[in-house]
Amino acid sequence: MLLILAFPLVALAQGETIGGTLVYRTDGERNPVEGVTITVSQDGTPIGTAVSDAEGRWEVPLPGPGTYQVSLDPLTLPEGVALTDPAQVELSNVAVIGGQRRSVIFPLGEGATGGVSTYVRLGALLVAGLKLGATIALAAVGLSLIYGVTRLVNFAHAELVTLGAVIAYLFHAGGPGWPLVVAAIPAVLIVAGFGWLQGRYLWQPLRKRGTAVLSLMVVSIGLSFALRSVIQLFFGGLPVAYPDFAGQPAIDVLGIPMVPKHLATIGVSIVVLLLVTQFLQRSRTGTAMRAVSDDRDLAESSGIDVNRVIQVTWILAALLAALGGVLYGLNESISYDMGFRILLLLFAAVVLGGLGTAYGVMAGAFAVGIVVEMSTLWLPAELKVVSGLVILIAMLLIRPQGIFGARERIG
Amino acid sequence: MDWTQVLAAGVIATIGPVTAGYALSAIGLNLQFGYAGLLNFGHVAFMLVGAYGTAMTVEFGGPLWLGVIVGVVAAVLLGLLLGIPTLRLRADYFAITSIAAAEVLRLVVRSSWAEPQTGGVFGIQGFATDFHRLNPFPATELYGIGQFVVTGRTLWVIVVGWILVLIATLFVARLIRSPWGRVLKAIREDEDATRSFGKNVFAYKLQALMIGGAIASLAGILFALEQQSIYPGAFEPRITFILYVMVILGGAGSIWGAVLGAAVFNFLFYATDTLMARLQANVDWIGAILSPAEAGLIKYFLVGIALMLLIVYRPQGLLRSRDEGPADAA
Amino acid sequence: MRPELDIAHEPGVAKPDPVLLIDGMRRSFGGLVAVDVGHLEIQRNTITSLIGPNGAGKTTLFNLLTGFDSPDAGHYTLDGRLLVGIAAHRVAQRGMVRTFQLTKVLPRLTVLDNMLVAAKTQPGATFRGAILGRWQGAESQNREQAMSILERFGLTSMVNEYASRLSGGQRKLLEMARALMVMPTVVMLDEPTAGVNPVLIQSIVEHVKDLRESGMTVLFVEHDMDVVQSISDWVVVLAEGRVIAEGPPGVIARNPLVIEAYLGKHRGVDVA
Repeated sequence: MLLILAFPLVALAQGETIGGTLVYRTDGERNPVEGVTITVSQDGTPIGTAVSDAEGRWEVPLPGPGTYQVSLDPLTLPEGVALTDPAQVELSNVAVIGGQRRSVIFPLGEGATGGVSTYVRLGALLVAGLKLGATIALAAVGLSLIYGVTRLVNFAHAELVTLGAVIAYLFHAGGPGWPLVVAAIPAVLIVAGFGWLQGRYLWQPLRKRGTAVLSLMVVSIGLSFALRSVIQLFFGGLPVAYPDFAGQPAIDVLGIPMVPKHLATIGVSIVVLLLVTQFLQRSRTGTAMRAVSDDRDLAESSGIDVNRVIQVTWILAALLAALGGVLYGLNESISYDMGFRILLLLFAAVVLGGLGTAYGVMAGAFAVGIVVEMSTLWLPAELKVVSGLVILIAMLLIRPQGIFGARERIG
Repeated sequence: MDWTQVLAAGVIATIGPVTAGYALSAIGLNLQFGYAGLLNFGHVAFMLVGAYGTAMTVEFGGPLWLGVIVGVVAAVLLGLLLGIPTLRLRADYFAITSIAAAEVLRLVVRSSWAEPQTGGVFGIQGFATDFHRLNPFPATELYGIGQFVVTGRTLWVIVVGWILVLIATLFVARLIRSPWGRVLKAIREDEDATRSFGKNVFAYKLQALMIGGAIASLAGILFALEQQSIYPGAFEPRITFILYVMVILGGAGSIWGAVLGAAVFNFLFYATDTLMARLQANVDWIGAILSPAEAGLIKYFLVGIALMLLIVYRPQGLLRSRDEGPADAA
Repeated sequence: MRPELDIAHEPGVAKPDPVLLIDGMRRSFGGLVAVDVGHLEIQRNTITSLIGPNGAGKTTLFNLLTGFDSPDAGHYTLDGRLLVGIAAHRVAQRGMVRTFQLTKVLPRLTVLDNMLVAAKTQPGATFRGAILGRWQGAESQNREQAMSILERFGLTSMVNEYASRLSGGQRKLLEMARALMVMPTVVMLDEPTAGVNPVLIQSIVEHVKDLRESGMTVLFVEHDMDVVQSISDWVVVLAEGRVIAEGPPGVIARNPLVIEAYLGKHRGVDVA
């Protein structure tokens, strides 16, 4: 801890800082702006914050020379004051050399409302929540369906998500260089095939052997671990991004800035989920899946080929997970552990909606996504996942069968 | 191909502080999982709480011995807090809840919000000086023969660590061989049956969780004292998975299984690591496909495979017979 | 054979010395009424059998009485003490033990350990007692008790075997023997002869009679009518969750309501 404390002391001695004076101009007058929060970060890690004083002055000490990001929190702007360019909330390439006290400017002028309105802020978070929920929904539905037909809580489901994103990356940014939309196709198909392989040659023989469901769960944990290592081996440890649609600018929709690919994600996901719904309701296989999920023995004695249903379920679940992975990678980044990092959120969605249900889980996924993103109104951004985990824990304690699931009878 | 180097790496790891620490944690997990049948997948949280409890106490000016007490008490409280609402859950729900709770704990400790107390991403350093001051062996002297050498500083940790392992094993053995232990085994076999002859199943499970957690916290403290620093990245779910492999490998529900499992696992783990590193450096075609970092990943892959194979083909591990091994599907 | 109880053969009839008294017990599962017992009394120190067609609610009633399920309404008393909403393990401590339809021996414990773990008095069964270590005295006493019970049940040869090695019939006996370690007032047997080798059935029947001779009250669910006829002092018939008849076994066998419940309502068909 002494080392940590020493850092800023050393910095002050050296003297690198970033600072400025906030004033807003109106009718030729310069008025200082007090009480605005400025945050200085480096590569995503916050370094320090400062609040402008009565003369509009603020300063943040730095650990040393380098490149920093400086952002102003528009919500702390007083009424009637706004950035002259609302998009310039963050200055992303502020270079500071040794011993420099670097000055930056945030031009302020008269604004109709104080910076970003609550409407815009809430709207943006809602869209972010729907986007996260959209990707979670695709992966979570598969997880739930697998549980429904085989009673397996599959920890390795996360790796299907990762594989979808990674394989798409290989076809897109790697060798063939196809556009992302095209590269997604082999990714989804290959992972669907892998899902079928898993179901047929790993899980089915184990079930035949009579391995207990809990042991299968531990097997899935081992599988998840092994797959993650293999993916890391071939893909590397550093996160990457899809070249297509990178850095897409926001457009104005109903006064809220939205990035088109986020909207596309939500749209694609909803369309696909609707197709899945139709499949489950209308098609013979879909109905068979619901029957096996409800009561396996009954379904079997009604003449349903349970093994075939399970195989189809694996293909469908893997397919959806892979698509979810591509979309998640589109909006965030692709890394060997991306699936694992959202695994617990997948569980949250599944438990909230009901293990074994499909529609409940879809709703649950969107709910989880929205709660996680909205929680940044109160929680620091790095803790937003915690709100999803809290939902998971709370649901398991209060109503483990989920909102739409059926309570299990004893005996 | 210098096999003695591979062997030496394995042996040193097996007697070293890492194995002692893992053995301690595994003893705790064995009590919870091997004896009581609790699928606690958040076990690493007990180690985190022990380590941070100790370090933060010293941070706030307390003596180290008080820090250790705080760490262990904190783990017992965590067991209580975690167990009371969750122990009545079905086994797979309990598994998910425990892993979620452990992650919440780790993320909160890691956050910049908690940084003033926990050091956030950077963690806490410099709390272990009192411990190393007690070391009777001169810190920089080397002890051992040939390839198998350790410093005096490490030797001290080894001695303390293995003494703790011995005490913990004897303590658990005493509990398990008692009627209390018998009830625990009955609970693992069939909870409803055990209720039907008047035992408060919930209370026993809670006790197993708390005691196992307390022992695991000592492991966290040992690691913290050895490294002289702690950071949240050291307490990820990966640790719990490795502990499960150790417990199952040695023989869940046997007295010495946890220690044996930790020793055998670490021997194979570090020997494989050295082997892969040597192969990568010396064998042309291997060096062509794998970089040094990639070669280092092979051992993790093997851990995952090992867990799968163990559960399916030898769930009773090394020290137990098929009869005593985990029950399979009816 | 016990002297016949000199009371009316009606559902809910009062008994001279009831050890178990059930009132207004109701349990539904999502709209389906599983149990709806208005009033039921079980006479002390008798063997009462609980019969009825499948799905009549017998096991549900068992679960409710032993704390493995909680009723939507109603209460019951054991030896005059109110027992509702009490956890299963407390019900057992108060003197009412049960066996299970699917026998629940502890497979990875020895037969002797299966018995000892159920012993009523053992300070070493608490954490504190285990650490202090002064439990050997109680252990020897419990061992004696266990061995004498095992002798009665003919299981002494299997004392140190894992319970998983026992046959189906032996497991039923072990479960019964284990229940006796708690020195219960009421023993509830859930289908004690189900799936048992016919040769062993007679042995089990004798043991059930033994329980009564030792002063306990036995309530058991049974489908084998021969067994019911041969040892019951009293029969309670459950159908669709309600008690439709009570009486001595001979009378019940001739009760048209009972016959109808078992055969179903066949309109226009002569039931000989």
